[in-house]
Amino acid sequence: MGNITLKQVSKSFGATVIIPKIDLVIEDGEFVVFVGPSGCGKSTLLRLIAGLEDTSGGTINIDGRDVTGEAPAKRKLAMVFQSYALYPHMTVAKNIAFPLKMAGESQASIDKKVQDAARVLNLTNYLERRPGQLSGGQRQRVAIGRAIVRQPSAFLFDEPLSNLDAALRGTMRLEISELHHQLKTTMIYVTHDQVEAMTMADKIVVLNAGNIEQVGSPMELYKTPKNLFVAGFIGSPKMNLITGAPAAKVGATTVGVRPEHLAISKTSGDWKATVGVAEHLGSDTFLHVHSDGVGPLTVRGDGEISVKHGDTIFLTPDPSKLHRFGADGRAI
Amino acid sequence: MARAVSTQTKVGWTIAAWVIALLIFFPILYTIITSFKSETEAIAGFKLIPSGTLESYAEVQSQSNYFKFFMNSVVISVGSTILALLIAIPAAWSMAFSPTKRTKDILMWMLSTKMMPAVAVLVPMYLIFRDWGLLDSRIGLTVMLMLINLPIVVWMLYTYFREIPGEILEASRMDGATLWGEIVYVLTPMAIPGIASTMLLNIILAWNEAFWTIRLSTTNAAPLTAFIASFSSPQGLFWAKLSAASTLAIAPILIMGWFSQKQLVRGLTFGAVK
Ligand SMILES: Nc1ncnc2c1ncn2[C@@H]1O[C@H](COP(=O)(O)OP(=O)(O)O)[C@@H](O)[C@H]1O
Ligand SMILES: [Mg+2]
Repeated sequence: MGNITLKQVSKSFGATVIIPKIDLVIEDGEFVVFVGPSGCGKSTLLRLIAGLEDTSGGTINIDGRDVTGEAPAKRKLAMVFQSYALYPHMTVAKNIAFPLKMAGESQASIDKKVQDAARVLNLTNYLERRPGQLSGGQRQRVAIGRAIVRQPSAFLFDEPLSNLDAALRGTMRLEISELHHQLKTTMIYVTHDQVEAMTMADKIVVLNAGNIEQVGSPMELYKTPKNLFVAGFIGSPKMNLITGAPAAKVGATTVGVRPEHLAISKTSGDWKATVGVAEHLGSDTFLHVHSDGVGPLTVRGDGEISVKHGDTIFLTPDPSKLHRFGADGRAI
Repeated sequence: MARAVSTQTKVGWTIAAWVIALLIFFPILYTIITSFKSETEAIAGFKLIPSGTLESYAEVQSQSNYFKFFMNSVVISVGSTILALLIAIPAAWSMAFSPTKRTKDILMWMLSTKMMPAVAVLVPMYLIFRDWGLLDSRIGLTVMLMLINLPIVVWMLYTYFREIPGEILEASRMDGATLWGEIVYVLTPMAIPGIASTMLLNIILAWNEAFWTIRLSTTNAAPLTAFIASFSSPQGLFWAKLSAASTLAIAPILIMGWFSQKQLVRGLTFGAVK
């Protein structure tokens, strides 16, 4: 089981309020991603749940039990740190075995569980090595191994992939998702990368300056962002946010249109634009254009489109896919 | 790394390194060479090949009891280092893991005591030692050397402890380690290399300390520094004998240093070299 409920949880360091007040429910078995810009309080929130920081107010329940004042070890949560935090003086086997040893399990049962975890994580051949002799991806797997052997009620990940190169990040992302399908244990995953959030999450929690901006499934956030912050944060390339006349025309202060919801024509359309940079990715083409009266825009076209710097094109937004925001930044 | 270093450059650097190392080591080397000369050979002029006589060593041993000085050196340097570690480990630990606004100031203040010329406090220290009956006692010298090296011990340990990432301690807490488990299985093994190199370096510093050991001891507690000094003045200059005494005094520490080179390099560079 791994139900986690936060009620009115707040955190200050001295006089600095990092998390004003947060209410959040995480269901058993969910893959929840906390996403937000760097410094918005994601790690702090995760550490509050882990028990590595004391709350300044509010309560935290795990499986209906109030754990607010409990030590980290008693909460039955496992954490994977950004720096991996492996024990450098222990072999891989000893690292993975450490939580079991601390729990006082018998050597036979420890050996079996370590072997099982090593097999799942492709670490069998590395069990006698030290962390210093492993690659980044392998270290990451050891950290995950150390987390899974205890069969915790939930896993906490703090930007576990940010120290890996892009290719490895992609693979590890899949491996962690796969692991979640196998174990079906609650996972809370912190990242500043909205691509990780979109691809892995059942539920995304968008944080900004310690506040929850929106909670929802990836598609909910993509289709119906509640405010300008979420609209600008979720989706890649970013949503075009346009103010002024084009927004006023649809009765909004700001109107948002995603790059993929702009039809491109060489002859006619609503907005006339000049192409600045054309990024040909093969499958897609991203055009960075400027339109007088609208401003800079990013447009997504198909891979075959042949435009280049300086070309004039016409863009027409899909009226059913427009996002309208009021003066307070909220969606209308 | 990827840049290929030309063989010429490499050879050049190697030669330069050897020349500099030889220049630095030469006084010690010549001392050792001279110790195997007879007294007439020693004053005869510059000569790299000694006759190989052991007469200076025999003379030195017959004049004074090397072993007694040696034991004093061991007791004083090892004792003062252990004493310093006992005080410095908790001090450095608390400053590294629970720093306050004043931590940096405290560290600077400790180090600043090393900038004071020792002569400035020679008279008061001497009088205190005299009044407390510590003159020429092993305990007195042990405490003195502990006090002298304490700032360096605290600084070294502090820099080592700072290298232990806090996340690892948090990981062990998440993994269910009690405070005791954390200390035994995680903290101690990670701290030991740093403590070991600090210990080695401070034994050497204490072994070589001459200012206070010579002035605060006469016979009973006199270590090897006093042993060398005793051959320098009274009967005029006997180079071969003095060299033999010096060689005997530095030999133990040279041998120890040779066997613990790796630890020492880490210690001398304050952990910068991994
Ligand atoms: N121990 C601490 N003391 C004081 N301020 C802290 C502490 N930990 C984090 N902060 C501050 O809290 C804010 C949020 O930090 P963090 O939760 O690490 O952000 P994120 O993980 O989203 O990048 C930052 O402004 C950071 O400086
Ligand atoms: Mg963080």
